[in-house]
Amino acid sequence: MPANDDLQKAQRFREAALPYLDDVYTLARYLLRDASDAEDAVQECYLRALKHFDSYRGPAIKPWLFAILRNVCNAEYARRAHRHSAIEDTPGAAEQTPIWQETEASPETEVLRSRDAGAIRKLIDALAEPFKETFVLREINNLSYREIAEAVGAPVGTVMSRLARARAMLRAAWTADEEQAR
Amino acid sequence: MTCDEARILLHALLDNELDAGHAREVEAHIASCPACAAELSAQRDMQRVLADADLRYTAPASLRARIEASLPQPQRQQPSRRSVLRGFAMGSAVSALAASGVVALVLRQDDQQRILSEVVSAHLRSLQAGHLIDVVSTDQHTVKPWFNGKLDVAPPVIDLTAQGFTLVGGRLDYIDARAIGAVVYKRRQHVVNLFVSQTSNAEYRAPRTETMQGFNCRRWGNRGLNFWAVSDLGADELAEFVDKFEAAIKTNVEG
Repeated sequence: MPANDDLQKAQRFREAALPYLDDVYTLARYLLRDASDAEDAVQECYLRALKHFDSYRGPAIKPWLFAILRNVCNAEYARRAHRHSAIEDTPGAAEQTPIWQETEASPETEVLRSRDAGAIRKLIDALAEPFKETFVLREINNLSYREIAEAVGAPVGTVMSRLARARAMLRAAWTADEEQAR
Repeated sequence: MTCDEARILLHALLDNELDAGHAREVEAHIASCPACAAELSAQRDMQRVLADADLRYTAPASLRARIEASLPQPQRQQPSRRSVLRGFAMGSAVSALAASGVVALVLRQDDQQRILSEVVSAHLRSLQAGHLIDVVSTDQHTVKPWFNGKLDVAPPVIDLTAQGFTLVGGRLDYIDARAIGAVVYKRRQHVVNLFVSQTSNAEYRAPRTETMQGFNCRRWGNRGLNFWAVSDLGADELAEFVDKFEAAIKTNVEG
């Protein structure tokens, strides 16, 4: 029979962390682009989170969970090694190109038509890292810039510029997609 | 401000992440630069379309079950034959005690359900015209003293405007046949009633969310007080409110 302390800890953990299961799963789906890999990653994330729950110091548990999930996903990327690069903390070449070239290439005032969720998810899936995770954390998981910075371990300024790039790339891809469909 | 800078900062403007000074600077640039203005409006459109689409995923029930199963569970020990026999031998006095324990447990839970429903009713009542607040103030130093002498507890009144929940006032309410303090906050058009009562139990009890009649109620206990935060806000945002409140109280007590 587990010690009473363990039970209490498990109960506190359950109350604090389980309400965010859908959030964590959503990020995992976007990062790994595979339902069963995402499930495994989320389970591993919760196991690790429980193990380190003692060292967790509030108040916001979401960024903490996301940071753990991100580590798990990076390990998964490493396993897949060849196909995708891991979420990098060092800015790659893509991050250093000025944003504005890309937006200039796309029509400035084109109004995007509403698309069904499936089509939008595909466009987001195609975004390169680390822009995709920043975008998903902000636009879908609703984190503040500060919380995103905490989750990805990067300065707020970096978060801001990654987000700007991510949105510019998404909009360009979106418009290109619409041109094609026309 | 250059266009390159504005192209980054306009996102922070869209996300409400800029302080007033920087927001003004970006707005000034945009007012004088048609290209950046077009970019801002295009990004705003995209954000709107994204917000309308349901882009979240829902974790499969099997995953939830797997995670639940991996947490330490209280194990029900199978009583051995011998202990069953011993139980019989101890006779009816023990059984009667055990039975009364069960009754107490059931009653306590019933109590909690009843109080929850009273709290939700009080919240509903407060939403009727003119019932929301007895003392109207966005200043915690006005609301807090107003409770003095009206209650057997001093409810903590904390301004959370900076954290996105505006203090709008306080009210007296009745829960469980007792006068109780309600501190009222607003986020956007949503009202959050924070009910505070005294308890003999000084132990910390972690927040948990329950739903009744479509309202979310998050209750927790700390520093000898019971709290119920009730609102039609989503469970996420209500949890955020409680986190922010507890964090603010902690800095107030320790700082």
